Amino acid sequence: MFKNVWKIFFALAITLLMAGSVIAAPQTPIKIGALFSVSGPAAFLGEPERNTAQMLVNEINKAGGIKGRQLELIVIDTQGDATKAVQGVNKLIKGDKVVAIIGPSTTGESMAVIPIIEKSEIPLISCAAGIKITDPVKKWIFKTAQNDALAVAKIFEYLKKQKINKIALLTVSDGFGSSGREQLVLQAKEFGFQIISDETYGPKDIDMTAQLTKIRGSKAQAIICWGTNPGPALVARNVKQLGIKLPLFMSHGVSSKKFIELAGDAAEGIILPSGRVIVANQMPNKDPQKKALLSYVNSYQKLYKIEGDHFGGHAWDAMMLIKGAIEKGGDSPAAIRNQLEKTTKFAGIGGTFSYSPQDHAGLTKDAFVLVQIKKHAWTLVK
Amino acid sequence: MDNSRQLLQYILSGLSNGAIYALIGFGFAIIYNATGIINFAQGEFVMLGGMLTIFFLVFLHLPLGLAIVLAITIATLVGIAFERLAIRPLKNAKPLSLIIITIGASIFIRGAAMLIWGKDTHALPAFSGNDPLYIAGATILPQHLWIFGISILIIILNRVFFNYTIIGKAMRACAYNSYAASLVGIDVKTMVLLSFVISSAIGSMAGIIIAPLTMTSYDVGIMLGLKGFCAVIIGGMSSGLGTVLGGLLLGLLESLGAGYISASYKDAIAFIVLLLILFFRPEGLFKKKETERV
Amino acid sequence: MTKERRQILIFLFFAAAVLVTPLFLKGSYFLNVLIFIGINTMLAVALNLLLGYAGQISLGHAAFFGLGAYISGILTTRFPIDPWLAMMLAGFCAAGLAFVIGFPILKLKGHYLAMATLGFGIIMYIIFNETVGWTGGPSGLSSIPNLHIGSLVFDNDWNNYYLIWIFTLGVMLLSINLSQSRIGRALRAIHDSEVAARVMGVNVRVLKVQIFAVSALLSAIAGSLYAHTMTFISPVAFGFNFSVEILTMVIIGGLGSIYGSFLGAAILTMLPELLRVFQDFDIIIYGLMLILITMYMPGGLISGIEMLAKFVMSKIRGKQSNA
Repeated sequence: MFKNVWKIFFALAITLLMAGSVIAAPQTPIKIGALFSVSGPAAFLGEPERNTAQMLVNEINKAGGIKGRQLELIVIDTQGDATKAVQGVNKLIKGDKVVAIIGPSTTGESMAVIPIIEKSEIPLISCAAGIKITDPVKKWIFKTAQNDALAVAKIFEYLKKQKINKIALLTVSDGFGSSGREQLVLQAKEFGFQIISDETYGPKDIDMTAQLTKIRGSKAQAIICWGTNPGPALVARNVKQLGIKLPLFMSHGVSSKKFIELAGDAAEGIILPSGRVIVANQMPNKDPQKKALLSYVNSYQKLYKIEGDHFGGHAWDAMMLIKGAIEKGGDSPAAIRNQLEKTTKFAGIGGTFSYSPQDHAGLTKDAFVLVQIKKHAWTLVK
Repeated sequence: MDNSRQLLQYILSGLSNGAIYALIGFGFAIIYNATGIINFAQGEFVMLGGMLTIFFLVFLHLPLGLAIVLAITIATLVGIAFERLAIRPLKNAKPLSLIIITIGASIFIRGAAMLIWGKDTHALPAFSGNDPLYIAGATILPQHLWIFGISILIIILNRVFFNYTIIGKAMRACAYNSYAASLVGIDVKTMVLLSFVISSAIGSMAGIIIAPLTMTSYDVGIMLGLKGFCAVIIGGMSSGLGTVLGGLLLGLLESLGAGYISASYKDAIAFIVLLLILFFRPEGLFKKKETERV
Repeated sequence: MTKERRQILIFLFFAAAVLVTPLFLKGSYFLNVLIFIGINTMLAVALNLLLGYAGQISLGHAAFFGLGAYISGILTTRFPIDPWLAMMLAGFCAAGLAFVIGFPILKLKGHYLAMATLGFGIIMYIIFNETVGWTGGPSGLSSIPNLHIGSLVFDNDWNNYYLIWIFTLGVMLLSINLSQSRIGRALRAIHDSEVAARVMGVNVRVLKVQIFAVSALLSAIAGSLYAHTMTFISPVAFGFNFSVEILTMVIIGGLGSIYGSFLGAAILTMLPELLRVFQDFDIIIYGLMLILITMYMPGGLISGIEMLAKFVMSKIRGKQSNA
């Protein structure tokens, strides 16, 4: 009898011991929570976002904090998993008692935490691109990443100027790709484009020649690929391999040096929409964002030895927006939310933000610029 | 464009992918035939081949040839370590335990790769450039030729080894009946070790020749390993022609399925084929049926 | 006291502990973690029925979990079906599917069975991902309604804890009952030797499929509960990685032991929390745990605890007899 009771006792004891380390939460100054996918399939988003947020918090604290109080950043790695995001958001709100949350990095995770945020009444600034996050508007949810709708519009405007109207789509079957595809299909109707081919590929696929062969045999005049590394790099290589001469467009999901590195020579000539940060040096001086862009790029480079990129910029904007809100209004969740909603003409990394009660995304299509890859570097398309 | 040109393109892509699956399948078959174990970690050796080569090439700036040799050597050493530490102590364990251990090992190797090299994807430069070659309107890359060439070479070497050398025949003897083999003086333990050596070497080589085409990262091993396993099941667990045909057939079915039915379900094709074979002809398409004594 | 009575008593002790715990954790984040431990325990016990008792390996169990979640999710968001009814339908569908594929799949043994279940799991995952019209695809399915009984809505941690754990305790009780019955003995006979069991009159083929179906049913119900608690599901949670995680929970805890399944579920759910600093190490630790436990402690941590308990008891008795 005792032997079996021991079993249960130990099982519960071990559980409770582990629980102890989870429950213990220290008390400190203004606490900002962050949900980033630092590891896992969306690490290319979460890692620069976390680095940027950390860098900013250190800078702010060194300069004396906000209204004399230090900031504490509590980062949770969600690994790109919605379940972990939900667990994380609960921990941040109930365990760490944060006053605002930055992130998550992906659309899927953001959608998962929205109900909890709305119920807990803590402001959240998401760094994900999905338009559904703030459309329809939710009281406590904001975002800094540009909507994929705006990216699509930018590409389509260019296509119209080039008098192209038959397009082929090649999108990845994950949250980012499917959201982008929805926008592509929707806006193609408005612009009067004909979608000749609508193909998809899996995030782990190693060969897209089948889909591209079909596209090669069709009447498409341009190919639009929507995905995040490494898929689009493979697509670029396959396009070159198959000898396809059609213009190739990508999404802002690959606006990072990594894409050029992976695609190599096949990247030449590809056009994509991006935030201004990757061509910060080429922006005209009178651009309102230039100051913020250069400061970000330089600080990030100094600290992390690589260039600050488009994705880290989302976290920069979120952090600075919160900083501004606390400075103007106070550090309670409700005060932060109210100030965020009143923020206009904030020149950040992703664009110039103007929020309102009906618009918690804050950007227009001018948030994007069109860039082209020439000789392994980004150039602005005028 | 012509349908025939499209078809040819699909066939070529399918065959080159199929060659890779066949190579990976060899790794499974060789270990299985010598030990009766399915090594779930086989896919990770494929990953190690590519990642190690990139490491030597990009971070230590070694020439490509040296990098490849070193990569294969280290992958083989990992295989030996795996056999020594995890397989040998459990010679007589239940099949379930062996499955769990090889799964655990595959997770461990993947995790170690992630810690050492990060989660990034890396590109290996192609062996002879990136300009496509045209064959009757369809295109392939020089790298595809490397893949075909090296695969054929390995297949021939395999055949020679298992049929014409003493050691190879000894390994086959172990596969049929390890007890009887030990009775005639074959050192079964060494044969088992040797099977791991050969499998890791072939697996890592497969990873290296495909890396320039598909790029590599710490988690490419999972899918490639699974597809290699499908290939070897179709082929009937043979270390020879059966697996080659199995791999090529799988590659073709995938490519044609992706082209003519639906690209999104491409991976599902491999597994549906796997299930069909396992349900209806588990001994593979290319082997005669065997009966089992109870 | 008979063995059976003893088991029931231990179970009551455990159930009491479970039901009382929230009183100490009001408003704490840990309550949320315990909810996930509950769901994972349900899954681990379900797999244990198949793996620990009947000895049939399955590397695709996350598929049934996902099937339950999606059927519940789809029926309650795209159609106005009552969540409880949807849950029952989800369970039946999963059991039905398991029945249909069970006959061909369970003819296989060892590695072949493992691979077949793995293939099945991946095919289901691809279906979840690609049938965007129904499942929402990779963007996931959101706004799944909470469960409710009358005016009691299960939309906060406190309520959800009890909801989940009552089901989990039910599943554990079912397993205990099963293992003590004729069916349980027949399953263990199959585990040891299918041929011998057949000779003794056990209808091996049908029994294996039946337990496979039960296991699938329970996993699907867990999936349904998961969907209604999270209100958002996406295919990522139902892939091969999670199948391996469930398997790891069962192995680490101990094959054939339901408290072992609880322990395994608890450890694996809390591991990411503990490893927050060493985040990237979690994959390596999983792999190591699997290998080391299979090699040196095949009965899982539960058997390790038993050995520890025996050791301690013998020392105590030793001192008593010396005194």
